[in-house]
Formats: sequence, structure tokens, C-alpha cells
Amino acid sequence: MSAGILVLVEHLKGAVADITFEMLGAARQLAQASQAPVHAVLVGKDVAGLAAQLGAADAVIVVEDAAAELPSTELVLAVLRQLLEQKQAGLVLLGGTNVSFGLGVRLAARAKLPFVNFCKGLRWDNRALVCTSQLFGGKILSDVRLPDGRGVISIYPGSFPADAGKSDKTPPVERLAAPAVQSKVVFRQLLEPAAGDVDITKQRVLVGVGRGIQSRDHVQLAEELAAALGGAVCASRPVIDQGWLPLSRQVGKSGLTVKPRVYLALGISGAPEHWEGMQNSECIIAINTDPRAPIFDGAHFGVVGDVLELLPLLTEKVKARKT
Amino acid sequence: MNQIVAWKPVPDPVEELAIAADGRSLDPEVIRFKLGDADEHALEQALLLKEKHGGKVTVVAFEAPEVDDALWTALAKGADRAVKLVLNRPNPGTAELAAALAHHLTSTAGPMTPDTLVLAGSQAIDDLEGELAPYLAEILGLPYLGVVSGVTLSEDGRTARVLKEFAGSLRGEFEVPLPAVLGIQSAEKPPRYVPVARVRAVMKSGQIEVAEVPPREVPQKLLVERMYLPEAAGHAEMLEGTPEEVAERLAGILAGRGLI
Repeated sequence: MSAGILVLVEHLKGAVADITFEMLGAARQLAQASQAPVHAVLVGKDVAGLAAQLGAADAVIVVEDAAAELPSTELVLAVLRQLLEQKQAGLVLLGGTNVSFGLGVRLAARAKLPFVNFCKGLRWDNRALVCTSQLFGGKILSDVRLPDGRGVISIYPGSFPADAGKSDKTPPVERLAAPAVQSKVVFRQLLEPAAGDVDITKQRVLVGVGRGIQSRDHVQLAEELAAALGGAVCASRPVIDQGWLPLSRQVGKSGLTVKPRVYLALGISGAPEHWEGMQNSECIIAINTDPRAPIFDGAHFGVVGDVLELLPLLTEKVKARKT
Repeated sequence: MNQIVAWKPVPDPVEELAIAADGRSLDPEVIRFKLGDADEHALEQALLLKEKHGGKVTVVAFEAPEVDDALWTALAKGADRAVKLVLNRPNPGTAELAAALAHHLTSTAGPMTPDTLVLAGSQAIDDLEGELAPYLAEILGLPYLGVVSGVTLSEDGRTARVLKEFAGSLRGEFEVPLPAVLGIQSAEKPPRYVPVARVRAVMKSGQIEVAEVPPREVPQKLLVERMYLPEAAGHAEMLEGTPEEVAERLAGILAGRGLI
């Protein structure tokens, strides 16, 4: 039997995140070939109740930590290091999300294991594990070989089917006492986002603007199209960071996940962080000056062109059809 | 306050990226390097803190053909020192870069003083081995927090109050004692603009220091077996024609979806 697989269960505010099921599915697939046991590792405050959802694992290891709403990174690192030894595990899967961000590097540094980031694919090649990662905003793939199949791997969200990690089985639960750790970083509180004027998750059409919109003044062009269509304007990170639209309009990894009937991606290249938040839109229409922009690989309709030129024309056409 | 901003220039993904003949790296002939957005924000956050609390900001950047321009701009924006780190090593991974940076910081500045804050971009598009900031924090034995989008300092300057982003625009508030390493996602304000004339003036009066660091072996070094362009699972149906024609077709698609 090969070294076991640890899957760090990701949860926030009492809900298991989808990435957890993606990781469990990926782990199950790896375990099928290697016969390695899959352990789901659940750390946090009042989390034992979540274990029932983790039936795809061979066992769930629960570490209750009453100290804080969010478990300290130091505690999670100590638990994983302890389990790497106790369970003779060789592989740790972590979510490539803001919650688990930075954990992989530190675990790898302390456990003297390699760390592979941005992983979208995993396959065994005899005893070696070949990890496929996406780099440069999804424009390049790279294969890295872990010769003995040991390492810490960050799974990019949306890369593995979540359904493969769901099961009705009741998994055996093991409790582990929280190891004593000193953490210099102290969690204080969660800050809920300020309610925006518009809930972009409830729109049937969204006009998404990215770097290609070029200036704050041009956002108005998108507002006019959204108004004509009865929808709202949202944005990718660079536009929010510039302060051209409020945080409540951000779509993507740190922002909101949206599924409108139509998502217009205007001057948005389609970086993985943005794609994560809008990929399940029913219809995606992309306009970008760069014919190689990754957004065109996933969109339903594409136009290579200047959004600033097309936007007023499109608004005009939409208005004309309404009259 | 002693602030160090660490920059790791990345290949500009807007340019066409090509694979080198070895099939395992990017073709260096066609790469144009740039700073990632997060690196720009790391400098801005440091400058905002300096405005409030004083002290010095040192920008340390790994060598890349275009990095001098970025360092001159940093000086023009208000950084006090600009240092270019030279590794003389092909395709160094993030773990190696972090080891080199840690060596540079500790060999030139000694142990981190209690008023030191190291700010790096939270992530980069070439972070195959993971992010620079947590590697650095591990080597230096300092606390670390990433995906940071706001930093304020306590009155005594010993503790940073840090906002970390989660999903859905949710943020967590943390306290981090200095010295510390932060991975900055975005500063509290967009990176400032600086006129070209000011950059030119700094180029005449200022200087970019150059420091060579010996290569350092790291256990996390990943060997890329193959690098390749993804085969898209699908591709958009591309609409062509004059802008007028394209707009008409788009309006037709929207109407077909019942939106008009």
C-alpha cells in the first residue's frame, strides 16, 4: 500500500467549500490506482458536524479548536505535520483558495516536501506522480514529476469534478486533540462586505468590465449598456483595485461567483482568478483586443475588437430593438 | 519603520509566450518582463504606511531586463533605496529566490529589527513552487499573512492590523506583531502615478544598488518535465465584420436569449 493522502477540508462559516469535494474526488482517483487511504482533515471550531458530508474519504480526522472562529494557520500546519507522520501519509492536497493560501509553502518548507501550485491535473506514472499546473494566467501548462509521489499540492478550483468527491457513505471519524501551538498571528474578526446598491449574483445579465475599459470615465459606457439590458455592471480585480467600481461588484476568487443568463466580458482577458467566478454563466460573450486572450477559449461568442468602440454601438442597437 | 518591498518580475502574459527548444521553459528571446499587479500594490501599501509613520522604504527586486525602469519609478514615487538582486542562475524557482532574498536581507541588514515589515506581492503568475512571501517568512522565522488588502499600524508601531481577503468579498481582520512578512494583494489606494519628468530627475540624482547573491540549493526545487500550450477544450464562435455588423449580431444574440 502506498503512502496515504491527506485532504485538508476547507470550510468557512459552517459550510464545506466545493473545493473540498474536488480534492476528495481527485484523491479517490489517485487512491484507486495506489490503494492508498484517503484521510479528510477537518480542523476548526464546532466542525464535527461537517464530517458526515465527507463520506468520500476513508476516514475523517476531526480536530476541534474552540479558540477562534478561524483555526490558526500554525494549528493547521501542526496537525498536518503530525498526521504526515502518524498516518505515514505522503501526499497532502490543499485548496488553491484564499482560505488555504500560503499554507502549502509553509507545510512544504517544514516537512521538507516539494510544493506544487496551481495544479489542474494529477496522474500516476508508475510510482511517480505527474502534476499538471497552469501558469501565466492560464496561458501555459507545465508538468512536474514527483518521483516518489510525495508532496504538497494546491488544487486549482474548478479543475476536478466535485461530484466525484461526494458520497452518501458515513465515514469513520477519528478525533485528534489539538496540538499546542504558539501563533503570533491573531485572528480578530470576520468583516462582512458592505451591502452594495446592486446584488450582482441576482442579475439575469451582467456587463463585466476589465482592464480593457481603460479609465473610470469609460465605465459609464458599460453602465449604459447594462441599463438598456436591465442588468448590472460588474468587474474584474484591476477595475475594483483602481476604485472605479465598489467591492460589491467584484467577480472572481476574492469576489463573488455569478451565474447570469448572459455574461458580457468586456476587456477581460480571462485570468483564472476571474474565470473562477463567472465560468458557469449560461452564455459568455467576450470582447477583447487580444485574439489570444484565454477568455475566448471558454466563451460562447467572441469578438476581437475594441470595447470602447463596440460598447456605444451595441447599446444603440439594443435600444433600437426595444423601440 | 523599516519597510522592505520585495519584487519578483514576471513574464508579461499579454505578450505571446513561446516554449524554448528544451521544451521545459519559456523562450527567453520573446519574454518581456513586468511587475505583477500585486507587486505594484505592495510598494503602494509601503508608501502609504511611510506617509503615516515615517521610516524608510527599500525596494529589492530580482534582476530582469526591464526592472531598472520599475526601480527608478519606485524611487520617484518615494522609495528611499532601490536594490537589484543578481542571482546568475537560469530559471530560478520561487523557493530559490526566497532563499537568496533572505540571505541578502540577513547578510546586509542583520537580524530583522522589531520595526521591520517586509511586503511582497501576494502571488505571481509564475508561482509554480508557491509564493515568495511565505517562503521568505519561513526562512526568516517571521509571522506571515497573505492575500492582504489593508494594513494599519498600532500607535507603538509594534503590531500591524491586517485585512485578509476570503471569498465573496468577505475579509478577516488579524493582528500581526512586527517584524513580519505580508503578501499584499491590494493596497488601500490604487498605485500612485508619477510623472515621467520626476522619474527622469531621479535617474540623474539617484542610484540603483546592485547586489550579487550566491546561488542557494533548496529542497523545494521543482524540475519541470514539460511546458506546453494548453489545448483549449473549446473556443468561442468568433463574430467578424465591421463594428457596426458585429454590434448588430451581438444585439441579435442578446435578443435571442430573451434579454431585449
